[in-house]
Amino acid sequence: MTMMDRLPPTLVAGAPLLRMTGVSRRFGRVTALEDVAATVWPGEVLGIVGESGSGKSTLLRMMNLEDSPDAGDYRLALPDTAGNLFDLDRFARRQLCARRIGIVYQNPHLGLLMGHSSSGNVAERLLMAGERSFAALRARARGALEASEFPLTRMDDPPKLLSGGMQQRVQLAKAIALEPALLLLDEPTTGLDVSVQALVLDTLKRLQRDLAITMVIVSHDLGVIRTMADRVMVMRHGRVVEEGLVDQVFQDPQHPYTQELVHAKL
Amino acid sequence: MPNSEPVLVVEGLAKTFTMHHLGQSLHAFSGVGFALYPGQFLLLKGPNGVGKSTLLRSIWRSYMPDAGQVWFSHSGGRIDLARAADVDIAQLRRSDMGFVTQFLIARPRVSAEEIVAEPLRRAGLSGEDALADARHWLATFGVKRDLWRAYPTSFSGGEQQKVNLARALIRPPRLLLLDEPTASLDAGARAALVARLRELKAAGVAMIGVFHHPGDVAALIDGEIELQAKEVRDVAV
Repeated sequence: MTMMDRLPPTLVAGAPLLRMTGVSRRFGRVTALEDVAATVWPGEVLGIVGESGSGKSTLLRMMNLEDSPDAGDYRLALPDTAGNLFDLDRFARRQLCARRIGIVYQNPHLGLLMGHSSSGNVAERLLMAGERSFAALRARARGALEASEFPLTRMDDPPKLLSGGMQQRVQLAKAIALEPALLLLDEPTTGLDVSVQALVLDTLKRLQRDLAITMVIVSHDLGVIRTMADRVMVMRHGRVVEEGLVDQVFQDPQHPYTQELVHAKL
Repeated sequence: MPNSEPVLVVEGLAKTFTMHHLGQSLHAFSGVGFALYPGQFLLLKGPNGVGKSTLLRSIWRSYMPDAGQVWFSHSGGRIDLARAADVDIAQLRRSDMGFVTQFLIARPRVSAEEIVAEPLRRAGLSGEDALADARHWLATFGVKRDLWRAYPTSFSGGEQQKVNLARALIRPPRLLLLDEPTASLDAGARAALVARLRELKAAGVAMIGVFHHPGDVAALIDGEIELQAKEVRDVAV
């Protein structure tokens, strides 16, 4: 590559919200992540693209502290956290995730109790954080569902009776109910009809604009990343092969793999 | 103008595209240098394919330059755009730089007035004030009132371009890059564009533009940057 090295940031104030360095993870003989570093600044949307098996979802699960790497350091610049988050025990991890990190999975079964009411699913997150008053729980669940543009007439229906797009909105409401510092999105619109996908992306954009939530979004769909992200990381075989502003990576990709990926898009 | 500090000083800027699947490089330009002062309007000239748009995109950092410096005096100091961190570039695009292209990046289910108001909202203006301003500029560029709340994804090319101009010019940046903004515009919108550019120029906005018909903006031009044609070289990578 002839590209010049980029300088460290000088204009953005404060510290990155998320900083991961040297993260490696093997599953048996398979290398899922190899010396991955990631930085996310407050209010920013970082996109992660790559084909299946590139390690992008594994990396997102690491950010949600669902898994531990063989090596690596993970820090969030939050008042109530310090040190390498991978060193936290299971209880501390669950507390941190419930209060500060929201996640939306591609598969709603991973994020929701499909037979419980939608409002109950959202309230469960609030209960975990210590809210006990029924009226307050219901009001806050309602607020989160409304912010996710979920039709409130259906707030007591269980997710199993809802469409795919609506299920994603319930997941989103649950994820944002506690106003997390970090929102993680794992292929949030994959598998939805194109028109429904546009609506969900619009909701995410709106939330991002109104609440300035810091987001990390994983997708194999370059269109989704282009719509949502400020910066993008391209992953392949567990490594980050390229990183840059979303328009630069798509218009002037540097790495052979990124060039292939961009040119393969219709 | 030379009495003031330049907004932009470009030195030895070069761009070559490496196409890995062909094992080839495509030379765009090299050794480009010039200075641009507040309120100055420079016309970027040269034959088709010489790299005029590529130069603008290399300054905006949609393209990564290969060599050279792009010193930009922004509201908080001086920075080399050719090497600045991605997050710094993103911030400068919101606060100090503007880029008018021929294409609107319409987003599904976002209305014309919302798209136009967005740069003001990001700058911290209240929703209502930003919308009022957005409507003013949509009207100025000749977008019919009925369309303000509609989604531009369904608009014609000419109408999309008006929305694009309203959005790109709603907020005066320190540096404005213009890539054929008059293409596909009707006479009314073209006149509105020239009037707005004159206003921005008077307010001290520094501009570099590529125009298919420079006659449209002849009265605004202070100088020219001529890009020389270089043969396309095939080089093994």
